[in-house]
Order: sequence, then C-alpha cells, then structure tokens
Amino acid sequence: MKIAVSSIGKNLDDMVDIRFGRCNYFIIYDTDKGFIKAIANRGQVSGGGAGIAAAQQIIDEDVDAVITGNMGPNSFNLFKTSDIKVYSCGSMKVERAIELLKEQKLEEISQAGPAHAGMGARRGFRGGR
Amino acid sequence: MNIAILSGKGGTGKTTISTNLAVMAGGNYIDCDVEEPNGFIFLNPSDLKKEEVKVDYPVINDNNCTLCGDCAKVCQFNALVRTKKNIILFDKLCHSCHACKIVCKYEAISFKKREIGIIEEGKYNNIICKRGILNIGEPMAVPVIKDVLKDLPNGINFIDCAPGTSCNVVNSLSYADGAILVTEPSAFGLHDLNMAVNLVRNFHIPFGVIINKYNPKDNRIQKYCQKENIKILGTINYSRKVAETYSSGKMIIEIEEYKKAFKEIVKNLKEVFPWN
Repeated sequence: MKIAVSSIGKNLDDMVDIRFGRCNYFIIYDTDKGFIKAIANRGQVSGGGAGIAAAQQIIDEDVDAVITGNMGPNSFNLFKTSDIKVYSCGSMKVERAIELLKEQKLEEISQAGPAHAGMGARRGFRGGR
Repeated sequence: MNIAILSGKGGTGKTTISTNLAVMAGGNYIDCDVEEPNGFIFLNPSDLKKEEVKVDYPVINDNNCTLCGDCAKVCQFNALVRTKKNIILFDKLCHSCHACKIVCKYEAISFKKREIGIIEEGKYNNIICKRGILNIGEPMAVPVIKDVLKDLPNGINFIDCAPGTSCNVVNSLSYADGAILVTEPSAFGLHDLNMAVNLVRNFHIPFGVIINKYNPKDNRIQKYCQKENIKILGTINYSRKVAETYSSGKMIIEIEEYKKAFKEIVKNLKEVFPWN
C-alpha cells in the first residue's frame, strides 16, 4: 500500500503536519518498500485552493491512502472521488503514524473539516481586506 | 471625472462621505464596495434597473478529453483537478482566464456563463446612483467591480470603494482620476491611512484626506499629513447628532453645521481635482 503523509520535514522522524493543504512536505511511503521520497507541497505557496493543489499532487502520486490531521471539504471530496482513503492522526512522528496505520489504529476520516482551517491568523479567503 | 473614496481602515465613513459629497457636489454615486454595498440605504434611488454580472467557466467535453491533465497543470488558481476518472472544476476558484482552453490539444473545453452578482442603477433627484452586489458565497468581487466601472455616466462620479488595500480597491482605483482618503483620529485610522497612501501613490493621481469623527484634541492625522505633504480636504466633527442622523438612514448634510462642512470640502475638492 502506498501512503502520503503530510509532514513538517522531509524525513520519517519529522513530525506530522496536522494541516493538509498548507503542510510543508508530503512523505511518500510504501508499506512493502519503505520510504520512497519527500515532495514539497505546492499548495503551501498557492494563493487560494491550497488543499486542491495538494490533493492534485497526491492523486498524481497514485497513492492508496493519506495520513494528515485535518482536511477541508475540497480536498476531501477529491480523494473520495479518487478512491483514496484519508486517515486522521494527532501530533506525532511520521514513522509512528505509519506504524499506527499498519496496525489499523488510525481513524478513517468520513467527513471534511471546515475550509481554510490551516490558514492560521490570516484566516479567510484571499487575505480579505 | 472619477473620484475614488477609500480608507484603509473599515468604518471610517467612506459611505457617509461619498453619499453626502455626491449630493452636495451634484455628482453621481457609484458603490463599488460590492461585498456590502450600503450607500443606497441613504440615497434610496428610484427607477432601479438591474443587470446580471456573469463570468465564464470551463466545461469539459468527456468525449474529447483524454485526461492528459494539461488544463489542470496550467490553471494558476487550482480550479481544475485531474483525477483518474475525470476533470473536476471548482467554479469559485476559476478566474475566467481561458488558459485551460488555450493549452487543450483535444478541443475538449468550451465555456458557459454563471451569475456572480448584479448591478443596479437608479436616480436620486438628478444624480445617478449605481452599485454592484456580489452574490452571497461568491469569493471574487473584482469581476463585479469591473462591470460597474466599465461604463460610468458623464460628469463627476464618486466611487465608494471597499475597505482595505485589496484587489477590490486596486481595481476601483485603476478607474479613478483622483482619490479621497477617509480616516479617523485613532491609531488604527492612522496606520491604515498610511497603507492607503502608499497604495494611491502608485497610481500617480491627485489625492487628499478627509478626517471623519474629528476631535480637535487629537492631531495625529494632521501631523502625518504635514510630514507626508498631503492636503487635508476637510474635517467632519465627531458628534452624537451625526450618529443619530446616520443610524436613522438620513443624510448628515440635513444638519446645518455639517452641510457647511461638506460645502467647504466641495470647495477644496475643486482645487485638488479641477472640474467644470
């Protein structure tokens, strides 16, 4: 099974980034082959539609599952359409999250969280006024 | 002649100044704060004509589409996504740039239109009142603003802008021959006035400042304007009477003292922005 994990850094011992669309990197991991690569998230630098840009990248990587903290409605629906499962975890190392998924201890997200949740203090579309 | 009224900070009185000034100077009132246009509350224009504002969005013809994904790749606004089964459109992110059609090698893209807002135009006495209204839930105001401004009446138009220094204000300013910056004597008022000044200076148009909610004991705005060599077009005194008049939907030039203040501003305006 091929997995993408939203991450703060490029390595398996970095922390999971609980934001999906605005995370720094995605770690691509294969349960048979182990660590494959880390890719920079294009969504992080996008003006709007960050989750969508991030989801497009993950879909292109042809993964079976995504591990992240929260996910907004746009990216969530794209994964649903693409038959990619989304799992939620708290703040922990990427390798730990993957272990938990292998042990089937991660919860599958069945509903999207609120939009723009990962935008921090600048919350709101396009920066507003 | 188009005069934009902007402020930086919200709630400084752009609409109060624009509506009263339009009536006092005999100019038209154009409300470009399309996310919350409220000048019509005071002017209540008659004989309203309505017109829809529409934008293009791409439609994918699945028979021609090979799922090559070039359209999704070229989209700078992440409005298109290629999944394994189809191309998905997020219509509210689409800026109608048509890049997807340009790169499509299979003639799989055509365009349809959808409504994102309306434009209303009517009359208050002799002045023309026009406003754009962005539909609820639509994130992009610029197409509505551009539609309002592309066809303006003759004479002097007072353009009531959105607060801040966002794309909405930038687009309104690009149609202006002059600008009035409305501020208030407060830390936020000064801070955001500075932002607005920096924005307006990029347009190389004449501009001046009106201090609303004026308090003679606080001269921070005057100090700033003196330092920056900006003309103060007038002051509107802070008073309970104004708040009462305004909150009952009346024009503040109905109060004699304020009528005088606006007369003075119109006189000063003619020095800064010459018109017939």
